[in-house]
Amino acid sequence: MRHRLALRIGPVAFRIGSAWAAPLAELARLYAPYPAADGAADFTVRLEPAAPWRRIIRPSVAIAGDYTLPDAAPLPLAQGLLAAEMGMNLQMALGQKRFLLLHAGVVERDGKALILTGPSGAGKSTLAALLGTRGWRFMGDEFGLLDPESGLLHPFPRAISLKNASLALFDDVDPERLGPVLRGTPKGTIRHLRPPADAIARMAHSARPALILFPRFGRDLPATQRPVGAAEVFVRLTQASTNYVSLGERGFGALTALVGGTPARAIDYSSTEEAIGLVEQTWAAQG
Amino acid sequence: MRDARLLTRILADPSQASTVRDWTALLCVARAEAVAGTLAFRLDGVPVPANVGAMLADIRRDAAQARTQAVWEAEMARRALAATGVPIVLLKGTAYATADLTPAPGRSIGDLDILVPRAALADVEEALLAAGWEWVKENAYDDLYYRRWMHELPPLIHRERDRMIDVHHTILPLTARRTPDAQAMIDDSVALPNGLRVLAPEDMVLHAVAHLFADGDLAGGLRNLWDIDRLLRAFAVAPDWWCRLEARARRHDLLAPTRRALRLSARFYETPLDAGLAGRSATDRLYARRLLARDGWGRPRRRGTRFGFYVRSHWLRMPPMMLARHLLEKARR
Repeated sequence: MRHRLALRIGPVAFRIGSAWAAPLAELARLYAPYPAADGAADFTVRLEPAAPWRRIIRPSVAIAGDYTLPDAAPLPLAQGLLAAEMGMNLQMALGQKRFLLLHAGVVERDGKALILTGPSGAGKSTLAALLGTRGWRFMGDEFGLLDPESGLLHPFPRAISLKNASLALFDDVDPERLGPVLRGTPKGTIRHLRPPADAIARMAHSARPALILFPRFGRDLPATQRPVGAAEVFVRLTQASTNYVSLGERGFGALTALVGGTPARAIDYSSTEEAIGLVEQTWAAQG
Repeated sequence: MRDARLLTRILADPSQASTVRDWTALLCVARAEAVAGTLAFRLDGVPVPANVGAMLADIRRDAAQARTQAVWEAEMARRALAATGVPIVLLKGTAYATADLTPAPGRSIGDLDILVPRAALADVEEALLAAGWEWVKENAYDDLYYRRWMHELPPLIHRERDRMIDVHHTILPLTARRTPDAQAMIDDSVALPNGLRVLAPEDMVLHAVAHLFADGDLAGGLRNLWDIDRLLRAFAVAPDWWCRLEARARRHDLLAPTRRALRLSARFYETPLDAGLAGRSATDRLYARRLLARDGWGRPRRRGTRFGFYVRSHWLRMPPMMLARHLLEKARR
């Protein structure tokens, strides 16, 4: 490929190739402080023209790589950074077999990990990012990497993708940490935020799961928290995992151990301040 | 990497792993050619860089899990079809895995492929639909095309397990120029302990040959050729193997493709062969060019060569007028 970049994020190394310079330049800037990726890459991502002439005329970025989805729609070149991020997510979702993947935000304090999971729009990404600025270490906002052998969670501190209204919550961060504003993407307006420095410095440090939270956001929801039964937690987490089935018995063992050993609560909230308060309160109650 | 030559070299001789400089490219090509699992098993115990070793271990574990799943899927089909009394012959990856044959370690297995007598097709179809399989192709043209001209039913998918089954009733499309005798292959097939069947050794090689050279456009060809290499190495120890293979190849109208498979397998994987049977041909180079057409980023290369083989695959499948109508229908979508 004309342009290439190697990235290591937590335990996973990517090789990203692109037909255009711009997406990789943006990616390189966003991930500038990350340690160099040497050795073989776990996954290859390719950003290539959807058709040969689409490299120059109305450039259109198709996401490809070791693993691809046949019906993935190409993105305009202006959203090349998003294409690269989606390409990395795709490789993880379809190809990662070392860890059980949980679609979750993960933060850590005192070596103990808090897992925030739930459907899209529940606020796990925003909450994980905010907690990362308030005394927690940000471990990831997309995937929790659960090691079936050790039961530990590994950090995967990718650039945080802020969506729509949550962009305003990070207005005061160092502009150096922000990517370009991407308008009109399939998920609305998106802007990428580089995780805090301590998240990057400690991205080789795993943590033991200590609490699972299922946040639910709604303008009219009263702030509250309640327990969730183990069977319910198990089923919800199988749905939150992209590779639970393909891991077979290892996946079942990993998830059973996680659910058996980790308390879980659901929290409802109508504002981020409420949510942060509920998280702190629930965390403290677990001791 | 300009083409997939390094991949075939390491598969043939894993001790050359110490010469690999770009492991990322090698693994990427291996994934694109669907032989990553095979490569990982070939390199088991060979010294490689530490992080490569960890990746290969992941791939091996994943392949073992996929194999369990494939064998289970065959068992599900066996149960679904038990009452029909129809002989069920497993083909390709699932056959190798279930019968524990030499191509099995790490081999990728996509769909479940089975061969049944053509006369039993209606019973098989009915039993599968009753057991939870559903049609994949919604398009009426595709459905009719399969039913009228192809060597298999339109693909079915199981609604709970999300796994595809291809029910073959012959070896090549009904319109194809070559005409292997599927019923003879079924008659000569071998029963496994669980009642499922696999093809006899010669037919197993011939079936792999038919799918590599007489049917498709050589996509996945390096993997199919690897199957042929492994099968030949295992079967050729039997007395008279090459004579029997030649006789069966003649009988199934597959002598020329078989000879080509022997030559290319030896070219890439150093397969021991019978020189008299293998013969020689100047066009092997073109086939080799097509089979290796993959760069270090996993991208298909050599567009012209690929297109040529794509056209050839259709040419082999159907007479010219029918081909014209078929391509027109496809182009209209």
